[in-house]
Amino acid sequence: MKIDGNNKYLLKLFLSTLYISTFTFGGGFVIITFMKKKFVDALHWIDENEMLDLAALAQSAPGAIAVNAAILVGWRISGFSGMIVAILGTIIPPMLVLSIISFFYAAFAKNIYVSLVLKGMQAGVAAVILDVVYELGSNIIKLRSIVYLLIMVCSFAATFIFKVNVIYIIIAAGFTGILLEICKQKQGGKA
Amino acid sequence: MTYFQLFLSFLQVGMFSIGGGYAAMPVIQSAVVTNHGWLTMNEFIDLITIAEMTPGPIAVNSATFVGIRIAGIPGALIATFGCILPSCFIVSFLAYIYYRYKSVSTMQSVLLSLRPAVVALIAAAGLSILKMVAFGGKLISISNTNWIGISIFVIAFFILRKLKWNPVLVMSLCGISGLVINLMLGNC
Repeated sequence: MKIDGNNKYLLKLFLSTLYISTFTFGGGFVIITFMKKKFVDALHWIDENEMLDLAALAQSAPGAIAVNAAILVGWRISGFSGMIVAILGTIIPPMLVLSIISFFYAAFAKNIYVSLVLKGMQAGVAAVILDVVYELGSNIIKLRSIVYLLIMVCSFAATFIFKVNVIYIIIAAGFTGILLEICKQKQGGKA
Repeated sequence: MTYFQLFLSFLQVGMFSIGGGYAAMPVIQSAVVTNHGWLTMNEFIDLITIAEMTPGPIAVNSATFVGIRIAGIPGALIATFGCILPSCFIVSFLAYIYYRYKSVSTMQSVLLSLRPAVVALIAAAGLSILKMVAFGGKLISISNTNWIGISIFVIAFFILRKLKWNPVLVMSLCGISGLVINLMLGNC
């Protein structure tokens, strides 16, 4: 159910990505939580499972996760023009901010007031991400499947404790999915 | 010539940094510090600090920063274009595969297994930021604990969960509280 590329959606898409990108401090997964809040919860353009799939795709491809996610969401909302609009919305804020900062960066990096505000905002970012995780995690637990629960717990341990490269975690989880399908088909064959 | 070199270097950054953020750092470093000497190592570390403190992906931040210093605004545009170009092709291709085969049962099973992993990755990203807030990258101990940061986190989490305030508003309030509380306690 692709939404046609009319100007109203394009403008909304541009402003949404611009807004998300302006306020997203930190890495790619931060922007994905904000995109979920905007495009899934507020605008209902994408459903939650599809957003998680897009997040996995954004993570698996090379390049910045935020840009990859913008490309995917843009395509999904209104095709090629949507992609261009979403990319522009995502890269304009960091380009503007960095252009300004590059002229007086030393003073900015050492300013104590700036760093105190940013520290407070980091606490806020952590709260936003873990709020979304709480919701997504409960939905996984509600599936009442030992396998999916195990995937979640093992992936968490692998990345957080053992610092395994995320790309291997994605590959391992995908491979588990293929194995599950093979088992299911074998059981189906016997029955 | 400089434009072309900038474009090529950041094309490589866009093409070979898989896993985003921190995965891009070594690729950027080899392009701008080792290969071309566009930045010194110290300038590069400053760049990473700024990139972490400002919105946007590290790769786009670096492209803008390095581009401007080497060749002004056009340099920034060319470097950024280079770094997002590979994504446009590769991600569009992946999206095509995804929507074409989404309903095939093997693909469904793969996607169902990927979702819990993605949730875990997001959780880990959130917890590492929380750890940074609580202990500032130092050893985990009572004396290194930043109680102000933890309190801000707990209150923000409660407001988001129970009162469903707008996340950007909550984050901005956190930033302001961080400054005000530290100033009142005379921490600076």
